[in-house]
Amino acid sequence: MALPIIQVRGISKRYELGQVGMSSFREELSRLFSADKDRAPKREFWALRDVGFDVAPGSIVGIIGHNGAGKSTLLKILSRITEPTAGEITLRGRIASLLEVGTGFHPELSGRENIFLNGTILGMTRAEVARKFDEIVAFAEVEQFIDTPVKRYSSGMYVRLAFAVAAHLEPEILIIDEVLAVGDVGFQRKCLGKMQEVSEHDGRTILFVSHNMNAVERLCNRCIALKAGRVVADGTNVAEIVRTSLGGGVQSCSWTNTRDEWPNEWFRPDRMTVLEPGTRSVATTAFDNTAAIRVVIEGEVLREHPGLQVGIGLYNSGGELLFWSTVRDAAESAWQHLPRGRVRLECTVPARFLNEGAYRADLFLGLYHKLWICEPGVSAPSVSFEIQGGLSDSPFWVERRPGALGPVLPWSITV
Amino acid sequence: MNATAVSGEVVIRPGRSWLHFDWRSLYRYRDLLREMVTRDFTARYKQTVLGPAWFVINPLITTAIFIVVFGKVVGVPTDGIHPALFYLAGLLPWTYFSQVLAGTSNTLHGNLHLFAKVYFPRLIVPISVLCSNLIPVLIQSVSLGVIYVFIAWGDPTVTSRPTLWLLAFPLLILHTAVLALGVGLVLSAISAKYKDFSHLSGYLVQMWMFASPIIYPFSRIPEKWQWAAAINPMTSIIEAFRAMALGAPGVSVAHYAGSVALSIVLCVVGVLLFQKVTRTFVDYA
Repeated sequence: MALPIIQVRGISKRYELGQVGMSSFREELSRLFSADKDRAPKREFWALRDVGFDVAPGSIVGIIGHNGAGKSTLLKILSRITEPTAGEITLRGRIASLLEVGTGFHPELSGRENIFLNGTILGMTRAEVARKFDEIVAFAEVEQFIDTPVKRYSSGMYVRLAFAVAAHLEPEILIIDEVLAVGDVGFQRKCLGKMQEVSEHDGRTILFVSHNMNAVERLCNRCIALKAGRVVADGTNVAEIVRTSLGGGVQSCSWTNTRDEWPNEWFRPDRMTVLEPGTRSVATTAFDNTAAIRVVIEGEVLREHPGLQVGIGLYNSGGELLFWSTVRDAAESAWQHLPRGRVRLECTVPARFLNEGAYRADLFLGLYHKLWICEPGVSAPSVSFEIQGGLSDSPFWVERRPGALGPVLPWSITV
Repeated sequence: MNATAVSGEVVIRPGRSWLHFDWRSLYRYRDLLREMVTRDFTARYKQTVLGPAWFVINPLITTAIFIVVFGKVVGVPTDGIHPALFYLAGLLPWTYFSQVLAGTSNTLHGNLHLFAKVYFPRLIVPISVLCSNLIPVLIQSVSLGVIYVFIAWGDPTVTSRPTLWLLAFPLLILHTAVLALGVGLVLSAISAKYKDFSHLSGYLVQMWMFASPIIYPFSRIPEKWQWAAAINPMTSIIEAFRAMALGAPGVSVAHYAGSVALSIVLCVVGVLLFQKVTRTFVDYA
């Protein structure tokens, strides 16, 4: 067995919150002379906690997780932009990281000059860039404009050129962050193809962070999921990890508050479920889009408050928020009273409104502008469900359309 | 299976020693240095009509101002040297020093967008500033020579003559570079943490200029203040250049040696401080 090309051992990274770092000189001085140095502990935040894994040469590893899970911090440490607080990483091979497309591009310089500048910034020698020059220009499709300053480029051309330089790097380890989120679909496809080719034919190792779950599933032969700075899943069953770890941990269309979580004096959430119309019990996690979906919240109002707001935040499989919806969205005159005692709230998401794919509903619970009890996307119970099929009756609409939603809207034609 | 060929192993771990310095990777990125120097130079003059001619025009305008203000109005003597030559000769090393200082002291904040996205030896940036500012020095030296010939030809009372020491001019510039890099890196490291300092460095350069014998000769400094002027490493550099190029009295060898020693110390301190700060700079910037 060959040595792992990347060996990560117990990596942790602590950030100090607040004004640290950019503190003024005066503050630092007063801290130095004040007697109670130990008081007022700094608020700290662990972006990574004891992360460890090995990567074998030639694999494409996807790193996924919600925003704030620690993906970017991990990449920054791997690409030597910042240091870990603890732990050790051994990289056996030349590494190039691509955390942004076009790093160091200078607007006044021509495409040609920028290829050399960017290439050497990314760690190539001039000779290497020169050897690949024609290939880069052809890949970016900017032959005609190669001696034009890049400030006159369209944004598409700019991105293509920038990616082309990066795609022709020849490191043993390539680290890529989100860069595929830019450019048009055709070019994105080309980039994915290039990455696959680079890994399969040249045996390079790629670490790939993306919100584009399709890309992760298609490209990667291994997936590492991070949550709150820790590795929560790691394996070759990429599709499964993508599905389970992005659902916020609760992979069920029902949640029951068995451990008395989210204690507060206003509202005790007991249960959250997703139901098909007409049923009372949980049948399935996959729904047809032809019927409305009901999200049911059950709980007990412990203390009445005029600002008590209950609702949901709906997320797609990439972890992006689609909308918030609460019982207090209509005019005040139409509000229903929330009396003390047990209540059941039901939200209907209309049929043919969502797109095909997996969704997650987080409980929205709080006192208006005063207090979060459950904040969607931050700390809240959630239920997950999937929409499969039934998108439309149109023969022109047979597969998932791009976009977060797939509503069938009324159209009128005036002749 | 046998161990695969491994081209260098990189170990990332926290808190290395202050003295840890990666010479190898600095050398490996030498092509980047070349590209950055080219970028600095082309980008600066790409949109100007006169281009690099500004390198010549700037000191000429400054000299003209000095002649009028300090020569005619205030009446500062110039050690018997033609005032235009005196000021130009003083400005040449000073301009290089102040340009490099201004460029390097902003290294960290000015390149945050780069440093936050890609790794390369951070020292490449300040070193590229040193190099790209050599081009104006070269142009200004040539133009000073031309102006010297022009003035000496037309005015027989000008008796200043260059000495053989002028051959050591590259060493003098190297000395200036070491000093400017050291001070610039110290300022850069401090202002990374305390941003207030980035506002101060402009004034520092200005005060430093008046504390250096550019508009007045070293010999005019009162005896009891000469020790203060002697501490300033730029004093020796400027006086030494006037001695080389115009046969001015200059400073003693001991005085000059002190300036070299101080410059080297500042440079070492600057590099170490800079290396230390860059390791986690992007976290709090």
